[in-house]
Amino acid sequence: MTAHAWLLLVVYLVVLLILAKPLGMYIAHVMEGNASIFLPFGSKTESLLYQLCGIKPDVEMSWLRYALAILLFNALGALTVYALQRLQLWLPLNPQAMANVSPDSSFNTALSFATNTDWQGYAGESTMSYLTQMSGLTVQNFFSAATGIVVVIALIRGFARHTAKSIGNAWVDLTRITMYVLLPISLVYAVFLVGQGTIQNFDAYKNVTTLDIAHYDVPKLDASGQPVKDAQGNTVMEPATTQTETLPMGPVASQEAIKMLGTNGGGFFNANSAHPYENPTPLTNFVQMLSIFLIPAALCLSFGRMVGDMRQGWVILITMTVLFLVMAFLAIHFEQQANPLFAHLGVDMGAGNMEGKEVRFGIADSGLFATITTLASCGAVNAMHDSFMPMGGFVPLWDMMLGEVVFGGVGSGLYGMLVFAVMAVFIAGLMIGRTPEYLGKKIESFEMKMVSIAILVTPLIVLVGTATAVMSADGVAGIANPGAHGFSEILYAFTSAANNNGSAFAGLSANTPFYNVLLGIAVWFGRFGVIVPVLALAGSLAAKKRIAPGAGTMPTHGPLFAVLLIGTVVLVGALNYVPALALGPVVEHLMLFSGH
Amino acid sequence: MKYLLRPALSLFVLLSVITGIVYPLVVTGISRVLFPDDAAGSLITVAGKPVGSRLIGQNFANPKYFWGRPSATSPQPYNGMASSGSNLGSLNPALVDAIKGRVAALKAADLYNGGSIPLDLVTASGSGLDPHISPAAAVYQEARVARIRGLTPDAVHALVEKYTEGRQWGLFGDPRVNVLELNLALDRLVNQRP
Repeated sequence: MTAHAWLLLVVYLVVLLILAKPLGMYIAHVMEGNASIFLPFGSKTESLLYQLCGIKPDVEMSWLRYALAILLFNALGALTVYALQRLQLWLPLNPQAMANVSPDSSFNTALSFATNTDWQGYAGESTMSYLTQMSGLTVQNFFSAATGIVVVIALIRGFARHTAKSIGNAWVDLTRITMYVLLPISLVYAVFLVGQGTIQNFDAYKNVTTLDIAHYDVPKLDASGQPVKDAQGNTVMEPATTQTETLPMGPVASQEAIKMLGTNGGGFFNANSAHPYENPTPLTNFVQMLSIFLIPAALCLSFGRMVGDMRQGWVILITMTVLFLVMAFLAIHFEQQANPLFAHLGVDMGAGNMEGKEVRFGIADSGLFATITTLASCGAVNAMHDSFMPMGGFVPLWDMMLGEVVFGGVGSGLYGMLVFAVMAVFIAGLMIGRTPEYLGKKIESFEMKMVSIAILVTPLIVLVGTATAVMSADGVAGIANPGAHGFSEILYAFTSAANNNGSAFAGLSANTPFYNVLLGIAVWFGRFGVIVPVLALAGSLAAKKRIAPGAGTMPTHGPLFAVLLIGTVVLVGALNYVPALALGPVVEHLMLFSGH
Repeated sequence: MKYLLRPALSLFVLLSVITGIVYPLVVTGISRVLFPDDAAGSLITVAGKPVGSRLIGQNFANPKYFWGRPSATSPQPYNGMASSGSNLGSLNPALVDAIKGRVAALKAADLYNGGSIPLDLVTASGSGLDPHISPAAAVYQEARVARIRGLTPDAVHALVEKYTEGRQWGLFGDPRVNVLELNLALDRLVNQRP
């Protein structure tokens, strides 16, 4: 890593940690119902909303009712996004007359955005109307983020309460986190983005006459509009020219802000945060990286505050930070190497791997972004991961395989990490032969069943999904790159979907009925297959008595616990995925550098 | 389920209106007042006609212009309707072939240039619309552009320096040159000559 890259990493961490504390305290205040101290007008709006909706804010829910509420709210979101896509041609705010989206693509996108995955089989600028983008996708960016946060808040209540029957009111939690946290930050953030050049309008796309003429080849078509093939079956190409460039438009900034803040990651445009209209300057890039980790980091400290011991929050945050630093170093290190196959082509190898990267970001900001976006289940990209060096691409893949718990998605990262924390005290308890306890709660058989389901459901979906795809003709048909990298593309797709990340080795042609359906199923069960057991865990913990720490209690706020937690996360991730990784990026790396 | 359905439906609709209609419109309104040019796409106009955007690159293949990053969009390069990278893996033979072709084109346009070519000038960008090249990539092309335009190398170099941006706040991103702005300035310089 260069000195500049180190400096960037240090500045990033310092700014992140400075911002995390106040935001974490604020979120804890809001979720404890004290937001009106900060936003005096808010409480009136809030009560009005509850009145209109027939919500009794003081009536709390059991874990089961809480889970049903969350499922219902998210199912409504998926249905709405599906409907908007299928009907967009007949709805307003569609100046480009975008056609209605196909059923399988709509299905995939609807589930993908409702689950905070934001996997995108489509290209935004040529598929979605402005209405679909802002009233379908932007809304889900808010709601799926809110869902993740309220679930972790419910789990924290499970630890903080004792002998309680309820874990909160889902409607109140969703409303508060949306109105007092996500919306105000997004508003300021979006305006900042526009100030840097992100677009925000409802104009039709603009055609401009370019300075130079572009020469290119297009497939030759016969009279019926079919491409002509030569004797060998290859498509015949013919030259074409153009001096017109189309500039896409749209309400981008408002979507971009919550896309990053809510670790959603679904781009307005196909190129996502590599697109200059989404991420115009290095400064916006830095702020985008910051906003991905901001809420996940803050929630660790909200956790500390709500369980009444800040050290418990800090130890989780420090554990995440250590893992993050290792992965960021690896990503930047491997991307700063140039491809050895270019060594004799007369190019300057010093720049590192620039294929698929933007000059304004360069290697350091691209490698760092890739690490952050895949550790957090964001999935926005500012460089094409498919064109990373083999081990550079290994990092995002492995990041996701850790289970999206190192910062992770908003809320989902922390509840995932707390599940691992329970696992860690369980393992420690086995080693010394004592009943494990965490934060004063005995960890018993029911809790471990829920923890096991939550930890195992994603690897199961990833490995079964990948195996299904590589064994079927429809799955293999999507591969863009030959050899081991083709396998990596499929493995990446299922890892990304089941962990609700949404980034891609984008060469894979995934906008087919096969992938749309299979990945749609993967995102849904990867999300709610974890959320439901986590809420069950919350309910069971809340009902337990709190026991005072005794001589045999393992302290969970010190370096020993951090090491144990890192070990658990890495070991579970490694044991599940090493064979699959060996067939993909590891083989590629060995092949690429074997020539030396 | 009834006790859940009414709150779910009504809260969903109300919060959707707030986050999906009110919020984007408020952002649009504020942006239009504070940053009208940015909100509309940072367009560059010459003699009242838009010729492009400061943020979206254009394809340059004529040796009299500075060339930008190769673009993998299809069917034509720098297709604003289909932003995309090449997604070629580092072992893919097609990647090496593409780079060989771009090196050959650069060398054919500038036979006397023995320097090694900056990598960003022969690798496709992530968006396919990258408006920038590295300062080294601009310097590499100075001699060719100067010769074809009949300008002194110093004059062209001065122009490149003028359009070179450093790291933002000295820390973020990499130094870069906006290709469209540089080429527009180059055209102006040539037109101003007596």
